[in-house]
Amino acid sequence: MSTKLNRDDVIQNTVYDVYENYDESKSTVDEIILPERDKDKDPILDIRGLGIDFGGLTAVDEFTIAIGRTEIAGIIGPNGAGKTTIFNLLTKVYQPTRGTFLFDGVDTSGMTTTQISKMGIARTFQNIRLFDKLTVEENVKAAMHNEVSYGLASGIFHGPKYRKQEKAAHERALELLSIFDMQDMADYQASSLPYGAQRRLEIVRALATNPKVLLLDEPAAGMNPSETAELMNNIRKIRDTFGIAILLIEHDMSLVMNVCEGIAVLNFGRIIAKGTPEEIQNNPAVIEAYLGKKKEAK
Amino acid sequence: MKMQIKNGRLSPYTKNSIISYGLVIGAFVIVSILNSMGMVSSSLQGQLVPICCYIVMAVSLNLVVGISGELSLGHAGFMSAGAYTGIVVSGILETSGLPIYGRLAVAIICGAIVAGVLGFLIGIPVLRLRGDYLAIVTLAFGEIIKNIMNIVYAGKDSHGFHLKTNPDLGLEEGGRMLLNGPMGATQVQRISTFAAGFVLVLITLFVVQNIMNSKQGRAIMACRDNRIAAESIGLNVMKYKLMAFTVSAALAGMGGALFGLNYSTLLPVKFNFNTSVLILVFVVLGGLGNIWGSIIAATILTILPEALRQFADYRMLAYAIVLILVMIFTYSPKIKNFTQGFIDKNFKRKKPTAQTEGGGQV
Repeated sequence: MSTKLNRDDVIQNTVYDVYENYDESKSTVDEIILPERDKDKDPILDIRGLGIDFGGLTAVDEFTIAIGRTEIAGIIGPNGAGKTTIFNLLTKVYQPTRGTFLFDGVDTSGMTTTQISKMGIARTFQNIRLFDKLTVEENVKAAMHNEVSYGLASGIFHGPKYRKQEKAAHERALELLSIFDMQDMADYQASSLPYGAQRRLEIVRALATNPKVLLLDEPAAGMNPSETAELMNNIRKIRDTFGIAILLIEHDMSLVMNVCEGIAVLNFGRIIAKGTPEEIQNNPAVIEAYLGKKKEAK
Repeated sequence: MKMQIKNGRLSPYTKNSIISYGLVIGAFVIVSILNSMGMVSSSLQGQLVPICCYIVMAVSLNLVVGISGELSLGHAGFMSAGAYTGIVVSGILETSGLPIYGRLAVAIICGAIVAGVLGFLIGIPVLRLRGDYLAIVTLAFGEIIKNIMNIVYAGKDSHGFHLKTNPDLGLEEGGRMLLNGPMGATQVQRISTFAAGFVLVLITLFVVQNIMNSKQGRAIMACRDNRIAAESIGLNVMKYKLMAFTVSAALAGMGGALFGLNYSTLLPVKFNFNTSVLILVFVVLGGLGNIWGSIIAATILTILPEALRQFADYRMLAYAIVLILVMIFTYSPKIKNFTQGFIDKNFKRKKPTAQTEGGGQV
C-alpha cells in the first residue's frame, strides 16, 4: 500500500510526464535522447510503451525511449526501480505484458532470447555469469557460434573445415581479448580470474556475438575509481571501434554523467525523466527520487 | 588428432586425450602380450569384453553427466536397446554368409542407430526438465525400455523376420527364436572379441574427446556452466543438450551391442536400475568430465567383484568398503594434500640435489 502511495506522489511531481501524451500510432523517435550524429538515421532500438507485470506488481510500465545507432545511453534509478527488468525484457528473458520494441526497424514481439541474440543484442550481467569451467578463450569462442559454422560431423572428425574455422576463431578471440589487454590470460580458467577481469571478460564475450547493441548491467560495480576511469575509456573505445550502440545501467554517477549522451531515469518502473546529463542533473524530479522531497521547498 | 600447443605446453584437452588413448592402447598391448604368453587367468579373460563395454558406457555417460551436466539414470536402457538390436541383427545375418567381423560391425552400427534414435526421441520431452526431475524421468524411461524388452518376441524362419508382443510367432519348422520375452535372448552366437571391444573403446574416446574440443563441446559445456548466459549469447540450450544426449545414447547402443553378443543368453533384467547406477558410479568415481578417470574406474570396478571372490559371502561388503575408500582417497582434501606433499617431497627435492651435485663437479 505504502509503495503505491509513494509512486503516485512521485508521478504527480514529475516535470517530464512523457507517457501522458503517449500515442501508439505516432512514431516515437525521441528527439531529446538521440545524439546529433544519429538523428537522421533510424534508431537502432525504438522501445514503445514496454511494460511487464509480475502477478499484481507492475515492475516496468510504459517504458518508451529510442537509442541511436552509435549512442551511449544510460538508465539510472534507485534500487528496485526496474532497470535490470528492462534488460531482461530487451533480451526476451521476460516477454513484455504490454508494448514492444523495434530493433533495427523490426518488431521483436514473440521472439526468443536466441533470436534476439542472433539479431544483434548482447548483454552482460549484474552478477557475473561466465562459463566458469571453460578457459577465457573458450568463453569468447563459445559466443562466436554463428561464425564457427561447422556441423557435428566436422566437430567429431576435426576435418579441414574444423581446422580452418577454429584457427580463425582462435585469432579473433585473441584480437577481442586484446581490447582489454587480456590476451595473456587466454588459457586461464574463467573462474580463476580476478573480479575486474571477469567483468571485462563478460564484455568481450558479449562483443564476440557481433552485436549492434551492447547492454551493460552495472559494468563498474565493485571497481575502484581508477578502474572505473579505465572502464569509461574502454566503453568509448568499444563504441568507436565497433560503431555500435551501448545502453548501460549504472549506479556510479561519475561514469554515467561522463560517458552517456542520453539518460533515462527510472523510479518504480516508470521513466521520471530523460535527457542529456546536464538536464538530468538539474531535474527536480530526479533529485527528489534520489534524495527525497525537500520540506522547505514547498 | 591435432596437437594444440600453446605457450610451449599442451592444452588441457590434448593432454587428457593423450592420457586416455595411452591408457587404452597400453592396456590393450599389455593384455594381448600376457594373453599370448598364457598368463591371463580364464576369469579375467572372460571379463575383457565386458570391461570394454563398461568403459564405452562410462565414457558415453560422462558426456551427459560430466560434460552436459545433466544427471541421467537410464543409461542401461540405451545399452539394452543396443544389445537386443545387435542380437537380432546378428541373428538375421547368421545365414547370410557375411564374415563374423562384418556381422559384428553391422550389428554394432545398427545398435548405435537404434539407441541413438531412441535417445533423440526420449530426449525431446525429457530434456525440458532439469536436475532431480530429469534424473527421475530418465530412470523411468530406462525402466520402460527394460519392460518393453520383457514382452518382445522375435524370430526368423524361411519367410523372414517376425516381431510380436506374444510368444506365438507361428514359426515354421527350422525357424529360430531370437528374442524370447522375459527369457531374453537365447542361443546367441558369441561373436564379440576383445579386439572389437578395443576398437570400440577407441571410437568412443575419439568421438567424445573430439566433441569436447569443438564448437559443439564448448556450447554443451557453456550450457552446463551457465544456462542463462548461454541463452544470452544465442546458444540453443535444448539443441546442445539433445545433441549430447543423443550421441551418448548412440555410443551406449554400440557398447550394448558388443555386450549382448558376448553372452549366449541375455535376460532383460540385466539392464535394470542397478546397471544404470553402476555406470553412474564409474563416472562419479572417475571424476565428472574426466574421461580417463572413467576408463580406470570402469576397469577396476568391473574386475573387483571377481577379484573379491575369495571373500565369499562378504564379497559385496568388501566391494562397498573399497568404493568408500576410493571416494575418500580421491576427494578428501586432507588426503589430497598429503599425497601432493608426498609427491613434492620425493620429486622436487631431487632437482636441487642434482643441481648442487652438478655444481660440485664443475
